[in-house]
Amino acid sequence: MSVPVIIAIVLLVIVVFYVWGLYNKLATGKVRIKEAFSGIDVQLKRRTDLIPNLVESVKGYAKHEKDIFENVTKARSALLKADSPHQKAESDNMLTGALKSLFAVSENYPQLRASENFKQLQDELSDTESKIAYARQFYNTNVRDYNTTLVNFPGSVLGNMFGFKEEEFFEAQEEERKNVKVSF
Amino acid sequence: MFLFVVFITTVAYVFGKANGYGLSFAGIALIISGFMSLGSYYFSDSLVLATTGAKQVKKEEYPELYRIVENLSIGDGLPMPKVCVLHDPSPNAFATGRDPKHGVVCVTTGLLDRLNKSELEGVLAHELSHIKNFDTRVMAVAAILVGFVAILADIFMRSLWFRSSDDDRGRANGIFIIIGIVFAIISPIIATLLQLAVSRKREFLADASGALLTRYPDGLASALEKIAADPRPVRTASNATAHLFIANPFKGKDAKAWFSSLFNTHPPMEERIKLLRAM
Repeated sequence: MSVPVIIAIVLLVIVVFYVWGLYNKLATGKVRIKEAFSGIDVQLKRRTDLIPNLVESVKGYAKHEKDIFENVTKARSALLKADSPHQKAESDNMLTGALKSLFAVSENYPQLRASENFKQLQDELSDTESKIAYARQFYNTNVRDYNTTLVNFPGSVLGNMFGFKEEEFFEAQEEERKNVKVSF
Repeated sequence: MFLFVVFITTVAYVFGKANGYGLSFAGIALIISGFMSLGSYYFSDSLVLATTGAKQVKKEEYPELYRIVENLSIGDGLPMPKVCVLHDPSPNAFATGRDPKHGVVCVTTGLLDRLNKSELEGVLAHELSHIKNFDTRVMAVAAILVGFVAILADIFMRSLWFRSSDDDRGRANGIFIIIGIVFAIISPIIATLLQLAVSRKREFLADASGALLTRYPDGLASALEKIAADPRPVRTASNATAHLFIANPFKGKDAKAWFSSLFNTHPPMEERIKLLRAM
């Protein structure tokens, strides 16, 4: 075989390996994103599991604050029904807002604030919020790395060929970014 | 690391040529060194815990510490490492483990006393990053290579005594013997220097990875400032475990002059703090 043919074959082999590697990188990226998304779900579930206990313990001291309980329960159901990252982020924020009102109201009931049960629930909820934040960060990190590969060259060309699309970040809409008003 | 490997290969080649025995020497030396280091790498978690006296703790004993480690592991998508505490008033921390599944993170009681939550998060993120970046494995490979060079040099020097007169293969052989002797003397030192340079680079990497995880480099920066301010050494640290800690456990022994600073396991604190504050 002549030298140009050998060179051409070597180049072809290099290109094939490169495309193979890139495809695997994107495919692995997608799996990682799915895993990270389930990770967020795990933490969200922890929070939704804690909520009925919380509502019951507050109801024990503040039966007449019906609106607040309704808001919390509604937000919780919305979160359980949410599907896409965007929906989950929105309903997650709604629930956080409803919980803020609940805790603000509980300030008026010193016996409630003093109860061990309530304090422990508050503690666990705040820890769960941190865990959700970290799970979201991990998810967004994976989405960022995956999207970056798709946006750069030649990932963009090859990604389109293989049908890889950009994934969405776990973030809230513009309205939710404004400060949540706590009304008494 | 690449420089390290190139250096090792050169040394092995020179020794091989000088001796006329070629690569079999290199092979034996590598196997011996490999066994020595692989054992300590594989059992690094239990070994280090045993030699320093750190004890694993439960969530109920140190809930805040446990929670921080738990949350940071979620942030990096890693399985949670074992959490341990070392009873020592000097503020310090270390991490070890052959891979994230067998990770161990340890802090001293001195550290828990002095740092606030965000500083503690910074330190723990740094330690978790060591596990995530497989730094134990990197340092084990480096240790294997250093041992390899030392054994090679040793074998070579000993073999010089046993040369018979009909081994004389001409002048080309002779030159390699001279180069070989020089290498035999200085190569273990150079290998150790390279290993220490790798250790310093990985410390910077862990600083950066940790800051990326917490998105708050100032936490680690002020933690390092507090750690540097305490002059007491860690009682149970030894030369073998010194490189695992976040700050040199033999306080005050960080050499400042250029040449002796090459022998530091950790980069100078001021530089680490400066880089973190600038992020």
